[in-house]
Amino acid sequence: MVSLPFSTQLINLFAGLLLLLSFAMLTQRRVLSLINLFAVQGFVLALSTSIVAWSTSQGHLYYSALLTLALKVVLLPWILHRLIRKLSVKWDVETLINIPATMLIGIALVIFAFNLAAPITLIGGTITRSTLGIATASVLLSFLMMITRRKAVSQVIGFLAMENGLFFAATSATYGMPMVVELGIALDVLVGTLIFGVFFFHIRETFESLDIHHLEKLKEH
Amino acid sequence: MNHASGIAFQILQSVLVVLIAPLVLGWVNQCRAWLQNKSGPGIWQPYKVLNKLFHKEAVLAHNASPLFRATPYILFGCMWLAVGIVPVLATSLPFAPAADVIALVGLFALARVFVALAAMDIGTSFGTLGARREMMIGFLAEPAMLMTMFTASLISQSTSLATIVQTLGQQEFVIYPSMAFAAVAFIMVLLAENARIPIDNPSTHLELTMIHEAMILEYSARHLALIEWASSLKLTAYIAIGSALFLPWGIARAGDWVGLPIALGALVVKLLLTGAGLALMETVSAKMRIFRAPEFLATAFLLATLGMLIHFLLEG
Repeated sequence: MVSLPFSTQLINLFAGLLLLLSFAMLTQRRVLSLINLFAVQGFVLALSTSIVAWSTSQGHLYYSALLTLALKVVLLPWILHRLIRKLSVKWDVETLINIPATMLIGIALVIFAFNLAAPITLIGGTITRSTLGIATASVLLSFLMMITRRKAVSQVIGFLAMENGLFFAATSATYGMPMVVELGIALDVLVGTLIFGVFFFHIRETFESLDIHHLEKLKEH
Repeated sequence: MNHASGIAFQILQSVLVVLIAPLVLGWVNQCRAWLQNKSGPGIWQPYKVLNKLFHKEAVLAHNASPLFRATPYILFGCMWLAVGIVPVLATSLPFAPAADVIALVGLFALARVFVALAAMDIGTSFGTLGARREMMIGFLAEPAMLMTMFTASLISQSTSLATIVQTLGQQEFVIYPSMAFAAVAFIMVLLAENARIPIDNPSTHLELTMIHEAMILEYSARHLALIEWASSLKLTAYIAIGSALFLPWGIARAGDWVGLPIALGALVVKLLLTGAGLALMETVSAKMRIFRAPEFLATAFLLATLGMLIHFLLEG
């Protein structure tokens, strides 16, 4: 086996951790732990981005690592913590249906994503190209999480985790997006979370619950 | 390698591990007591229990079959053989070619089958209940264990533990993300197989929750002592397998007398650290309902599978 440079090994390790965290989020029942897992995922993402920046001397990636750290490790988890405290759902436990089945679907998604990324990996020129499959898998897993959840808060966390996966995909495929695009996305995510926060209160006011299945009915009975 | 010194190493390892196994259990229990702000019974307590049990008169049920009497010895023999095969102190021992990791899992399964049969032998309801629960956990834990082993085997291209240790421990340092997944899965399997806290509580005799204790309720005196000793051997064997797979440094080659003190020192450090870690994990987690156990072990299995997939993606 060809020995990889140490920085690549570290990036691969962090990529593995990201996938592990995606699975942990998929099966986590408690809203509070879900937010903490999201913060940890952001932290791992920032670490791996700064290692990519260091090993390829791409200066702008340091800024995006800092941006990730500020936004996804500090600001967004703080906003979410405040939200669940105000909504008094801090200790909510979601009833998830059949975790083993969800995890099996997750494994199938991972295999699909790895196969999808394999041809791109072969032609890629970045040192991080082999992590593209993991990034795609994280996006799909977050998507699965949004589908399986019933509560609005955890769906939003799934959405944010999907953004984490996309960011990682951009870093691994092309060493990150241009700074303007990254700033734009960061702002979008921030504003999106704030607006979702307002929506949560409206949903709860109307239905007295955060269960979004109530939104499927068109009329009130 | 000299044939005689190989045998000397084999005997040294087997005897040493059998003697220190209760100490490992005592250390884990002592750490747990410290973490719970208790003074604890001291690390020598398991030896005192064994001594007490060996001096008692054995009581057997009238309808006990020879199987019931033979099981403690078979169990102890299986575990002793297992610690002889696992490279605890040295690799390339004379026993090592006898079994690769798959056979090792089979050895643990053999012991489990006998304990379960003996539990049902007397015909009490508790024994049957414990046996059924144990078999459920066993059949879920074994695939996860095998998948963990396969991840390590894929890296070193061999299912022999000694070769795995040599490949992983004696080459230059490489980070394998797949091994991180396998390690998490292995810890989950270790907790389940050794009747530790998220799955079973080793210190409870509450009917509704006990699994392992329910099976050995009918045993007394020397039989019970052997079973207790075998459980501590099993814990030590699992810790040894775990450190062989994930911390494979400092293990000597058989016949290498210079490397022996280093191997002994490394063994002590590894056992101290993993024992404390195990106690910490047990303290921070609560025992889960028996119906949550399949979910726990399915997670372990899927993590091990993910480890294999990651191996093909990143390290293939």
